[in-house]
Amino acid sequence: MVFEKICGIIAEKINCDASTLSEDTKFADLGIDSLDVTELVMNIEDEFGIELEVDSSLQSVGDLVKLVESKLD
Amino acid sequence: MNFSILGTGMYVPDNIVTNDDMSKIVDTSDEWIRQRVGVQRRHICTTETTVELGYQAALRALENSGTKPEELDLILAATVSGDNVSPSLSCMIQRKLGATCTAYDINAACSAFLYLLETAAGYFARGKVKKVLVVGAERLSKLVDWKDRGTCVIFADGAGAAVLGKGSGYLDSTFTTRGGDTVIKIPAYAGESPFSRLEPERPFIHMEGQETFKYAVNAICSDINKLLEQNGLTPDEIKYIVPHQANKRIIDLACIRLKMPISKFYVNIQEYGNTSSASIPIALDEINRKGLLKCGDLIILTAFGAGLSNAACLIRW
Repeated sequence: MVFEKICGIIAEKINCDASTLSEDTKFADLGIDSLDVTELVMNIEDEFGIELEVDSSLQSVGDLVKLVESKLD
Repeated sequence: MNFSILGTGMYVPDNIVTNDDMSKIVDTSDEWIRQRVGVQRRHICTTETTVELGYQAALRALENSGTKPEELDLILAATVSGDNVSPSLSCMIQRKLGATCTAYDINAACSAFLYLLETAAGYFARGKVKKVLVVGAERLSKLVDWKDRGTCVIFADGAGAAVLGKGSGYLDSTFTTRGGDTVIKIPAYAGESPFSRLEPERPFIHMEGQETFKYAVNAICSDINKLLEQNGLTPDEIKYIVPHQANKRIIDLACIRLKMPISKFYVNIQEYGNTSSASIPIALDEINRKGLLKCGDLIILTAFGAGLSNAACLIRW
């Protein structure tokens, strides 16, 4: 559920097909830089109603999923 | 009673440093800097001091407002990159102008120009002053690590000033402090005390880029929405938003989240880089001298920076 929602947010931001994204997908391979990642984090915060810390450790879709899941537990 | 802006001025050093010039100093490129920060060139001091920058901007604001230095009742200045810890920037500008009024500095980093306006508004409200000079001047080139490509391409030098007179142009404001040094920090000179056991820190600008970006976008959006709501205004009624010029990407995302057109935001970071407390008065002076505002137009100034401190104000021109 978290994964699908996050993929939807990423797909909307970069105009891609969400089904092409996996947890292993690297942001660098999508042409997403660190400020874009920050924007994604802000969109995820709005969507899930949570507050997240953002730093350079967020490199892949899976990293984002783990971060959000850790806040929802 | 508060104030109206009577005149503005700005000054930047002659030495222009392009992105290609920067790529000879650190491993970067014109494309990367334009895309990531939105800066194309910046002005960097060679022999100019922070006081000189502030003084030149002040002279231009005085001239633009038709004010003589001896008419000033107060000088407020802001800098994080002063020539001296003491005397303050404002005291040295007072001396160079030949003014005799009280002068002091306020430290609120990149948001400081708005704190100067708010402080001045208090003096006007009490009827203590008729003319006030406010100046933001920065020589950030001495505070960046010129080996750190993440920061040295962003920050630059310059000064902006405004002369305020009795009026009713300062309509509303909002100020927020979230104290902490983990997101943005500029350590002071560590000193040479033989007794100190503190680990000396390098006195350069340290910034967590992603956290700064998130904080800045949220600050702009919440402060603008607050001022619009408090004053029963719609975005259409605002002629210009004048944001602190920290990073073009911050302004772009704030626009998207506010659902406002980018044309509403005055942007000049491409010419000057991030000049901290000077960025808003420099933008204001450009807007003024280009004749982009007519009497009665509403503008919002919005700033954010180390502290963390953010602020916005609603002004009728």
